[in-house]
Amino acid sequence: MTWVLIALLVVPLVGALVVTFLRKDDTKAKLVAFGFSIVELVLAVLLWTAYDPDGDRIQLAAGVDWIPAFGVRLSFGIDGIALVMIAVIALLIPLVIGAGWTEKLPAGRSQGGYLALILVQESVTVAVFAATDVFLFYVLFEVMLIPMYFLIGGYGGARRQYAAVKFFLYSFLGGLIMLASAIGAYAMASDELGKGTFDWATLVTVVRDADPTTQTWLFLGFFLAFAIKAPLVPFHTWLPDAAAEAPIGVTVIVVGILDKVGTFGMLRYLLPMFPTASKNLAPFVLVLAVAGVLYGSLLATGQRDMKRFLAYVSIAHFGFIALGIFSFTSQAGVGSVSYMLNHSISTGMLILVIGMVIARGGSSQISDYGGMSKVAPLLAGMLLISGLTTLSLPGTNSFVSEFLVLIGSFPTQPVYTILATVGMVLAALYVLWLYQRMMTGPLRGDALVAAAAGPGAVGDPEKKTAIGDLNKREIAVLAPLVVIVLALGFYPQPVLDVITPSVGATLTEVGVTDPVSAQEGK
Amino acid sequence: MNLLVAQAQQIEAPEIDYGAIAPVLIVLGAACISVLLEALLPKHQRWAVQLVLSLVTLVGATGALILYATSERPAQGIATLAGAIAVDSPSLFLWATLLVLAFGSVLLIADRSVEPGGVFVAQAAIRPGTIQDRAQATKTGMQTEVFPLTLFALGGMMTFVASNDLLTMFIALEVLSLPLYLLCGLARRRRLLSQEAAVKYFLLGAFASAFFLYGVALLYGYAGSVKLSSIAAAAAGTDRSDTLLFAGFGLLVVGLLFKAAVGPFHAWTPDVYQGAPTPVTAFMAACTKVAAFGGILRVLTVAFQNTQWEWRGVLYGVAVVSMVIGAVLGLTQTDVKRMIAYSSVAHAGFLLIGSIALVPNGEGVSATMFYLLAYGFTTIAAFGIVSLVRNSDGEATHLSQWAGLAKRSPVVAGVFTFLLLALAGIPLTSGFIGKFVVFSAAIEAGLTPLVVIALVASAVAAFFYLRVIVLMYFSDPAPDGPTVSVPGAFTTIAITLGAVVTLVLGLWPTFVLDWAGTGTFLS
Repeated sequence: MTWVLIALLVVPLVGALVVTFLRKDDTKAKLVAFGFSIVELVLAVLLWTAYDPDGDRIQLAAGVDWIPAFGVRLSFGIDGIALVMIAVIALLIPLVIGAGWTEKLPAGRSQGGYLALILVQESVTVAVFAATDVFLFYVLFEVMLIPMYFLIGGYGGARRQYAAVKFFLYSFLGGLIMLASAIGAYAMASDELGKGTFDWATLVTVVRDADPTTQTWLFLGFFLAFAIKAPLVPFHTWLPDAAAEAPIGVTVIVVGILDKVGTFGMLRYLLPMFPTASKNLAPFVLVLAVAGVLYGSLLATGQRDMKRFLAYVSIAHFGFIALGIFSFTSQAGVGSVSYMLNHSISTGMLILVIGMVIARGGSSQISDYGGMSKVAPLLAGMLLISGLTTLSLPGTNSFVSEFLVLIGSFPTQPVYTILATVGMVLAALYVLWLYQRMMTGPLRGDALVAAAAGPGAVGDPEKKTAIGDLNKREIAVLAPLVVIVLALGFYPQPVLDVITPSVGATLTEVGVTDPVSAQEGK
Repeated sequence: MNLLVAQAQQIEAPEIDYGAIAPVLIVLGAACISVLLEALLPKHQRWAVQLVLSLVTLVGATGALILYATSERPAQGIATLAGAIAVDSPSLFLWATLLVLAFGSVLLIADRSVEPGGVFVAQAAIRPGTIQDRAQATKTGMQTEVFPLTLFALGGMMTFVASNDLLTMFIALEVLSLPLYLLCGLARRRRLLSQEAAVKYFLLGAFASAFFLYGVALLYGYAGSVKLSSIAAAAAGTDRSDTLLFAGFGLLVVGLLFKAAVGPFHAWTPDVYQGAPTPVTAFMAACTKVAAFGGILRVLTVAFQNTQWEWRGVLYGVAVVSMVIGAVLGLTQTDVKRMIAYSSVAHAGFLLIGSIALVPNGEGVSATMFYLLAYGFTTIAAFGIVSLVRNSDGEATHLSQWAGLAKRSPVVAGVFTFLLLALAGIPLTSGFIGKFVVFSAAIEAGLTPLVVIALVASAVAAFFYLRVIVLMYFSDPAPDGPTVSVPGAFTTIAITLGAVVTLVLGLWPTFVLDWAGTGTFLS
């Protein structure tokens, strides 16, 4: 079944190539791109069935030599954590394409170019999660920036150039520092083994026994890259700009998928490779994590722009994920990984719904909307559902993960956990307040009222607005997400079964004693 | 009289291994023939004949090189011409690099389709702004002396990287420099800038040569010999005063760093890059860099390796200064040629890191040589693209004129974007592999802080490359913007060659890496 993983990498690239040639015909381009993304989704389902939760640490591994002089291999393979991330990418991309079906691109840009970039982004991002060679991971980590740079810069809002360059430089700098650490690890391996290698499994065995000082430096190199990517406060400032300027589908990819590379990297690289440093520096990371939870929640409450609101909500959620990872209990670890999945689904859905609101009103300012549930009750309902899963209401998917993170972290890190719990309260505040301002009360707001019947209509809330409710396409995009939100909220077991062994293995690599307690804790 | 004859008979003619130095002999011989052709041929035939001669020479020299490299030869290399020239693995690698890069440059130089009649002026001595000058600007004649000048410069460069003693190195330095000074002054457009570049380069270059020569003299005073290996032997465990050694070393290195455009000895670079005709700039940026760093590598490795702990700190600082100057001043540039010039200063800093990473297994040397090859190809292609974007005054080098280029000519913008990403060191380009090998050699040599500084400098430098991409793709084109000329066959080949090599070395660098690592300098 190794071919499935390779096919997952190749299919979107082929799709991108085909779509590039369809720049003249937007409809055909959309259909073809959508078709390829569905194929990718089917492949991801196959991959899920092929993965054996109780099997090897890395499964479906395949590789060829790339640069033998440095022991670099093109090698791919997945563990449970990578599997759920790949699955969620494959799930979100068709929805993103579907949601953006009627979106107007900036003048002179074709759907073909836009969708080709999205498909390239999909392939490279899948590859990042599947890479099992540290050098290859670095390469893909940086290459991943290029399509995104063009997506933000070419198709974004008014300040897109600024946002694109800022996004690129932040991540590029982080990546370069990580490269220095990777080379350091490589040099240690070539000292110890006589021949250098970048193979992840081999590097882990070499580096984890290094002396604490060396480990600390190498840790910091990797950590900076992941903290920028995730993003943790204070390395987060690129995200609100990128999220606000990107077109809505790209925002889903940035916030819902790309960011996960950061937390994934912490689990796959930081913890196993640098166990001593991870434990020594955990308080430092936890402070950043809790600061992220509180800071992100407070700023989300204060945002006037919906897309920036989304960015700060994510920053708060990444605080939770980092808290779970650096508490070193398997319950919290499993919670964090399922949070990574559920954040993609919940926030992805929230972004798509907000995108539908913006598509109607043409503005991303919260104050431009009000009382929308009167004219678009379905849309309002969807915003409520996606909002409730974002604030982790019991019965939705996010609740399971947030709860696991908190009860898992409490035994080892009570203070940080209690502080982070405040974030849950704030989440209820920012989500419900957003809903209240936009959806309830009398119909108001420039975006809604101005869309009614000409300029004279402003200030006359009784006038019917031209804004309609969700159409069939939009319902079709959101329905699968609603099903998944509820299904995983009530029955998370399939996902937890897949990730628990991998998280347990990660914690064993760190040398933590309770790797199986998550099984009993559920 | 008899006595003299007797003495002459005592002098033995040095052994010459013609096979080993055939590439250099072919290039220099062809340069001489080329001068004769210039004098004997009628004007209208010169361009074609000179071009064919140059290309055949380069191909022939490469062939001779391959023939020698694949034949039975001592693994550690040989010293020939009484020890003046060392033909070892690095020499062969650098020669091959110089020859292929020169091939690309000659193609750019020969192109007459982009600018009618070529980018070179017919008579450089006419004062700018005079009636004769304006008359000449409308004529399509071209100075075909550029071909012999290029060949001489190339011959000098090849000798330079293989020189086994400092005196040969000095002569080679002059042989490579003098034609370059002239070439800088030959631009058809913007005559004043071009002449300024030539004068500036000549004056500062003469200074640098003087530094170099003074350094040679001091080192001779120290070691009693100008041979690199004798200097190393003298420095290893004697009670002679180190003052002469390090004063000599310092002066020598200043001369070398000047040629390599390493900051703070870079002051000429932006002006000369901007003023010189673009094909010449490409030739200088690619080949001079290779020659200068080839020389630096040999001098540091062969003559000064065992004193490296005394001087490494100084070059450490120079590398930092160079990277910082290149990255920071590059940010403020508004002219694309000056921007690439500052980028080359930053790259010189990276190369210097590789040159001082003298690990015993020679990884620093092979890494630096790989970097030189990769950088050379990328630069030639980049200048090839620069020569295509034009308005009525010639090349439109001001960055604001590049706005929205992707809308007008997506292919040109796409290729240039790729080359800029390579210069920034993004993975899947040769620029990244080059940086990677240099930095890993440096970390192995214990230069980790320097590598971190270099990485930060790379990130800063990435900003100005990105800025150009932003301009080309995300800005609206100016209404009176430049047009992109459809390149002729020569320029197309040169750009394609550069871009393809940049990509191939980014994806499959193994072949070249192995080749660069086959051997170390003869000592």
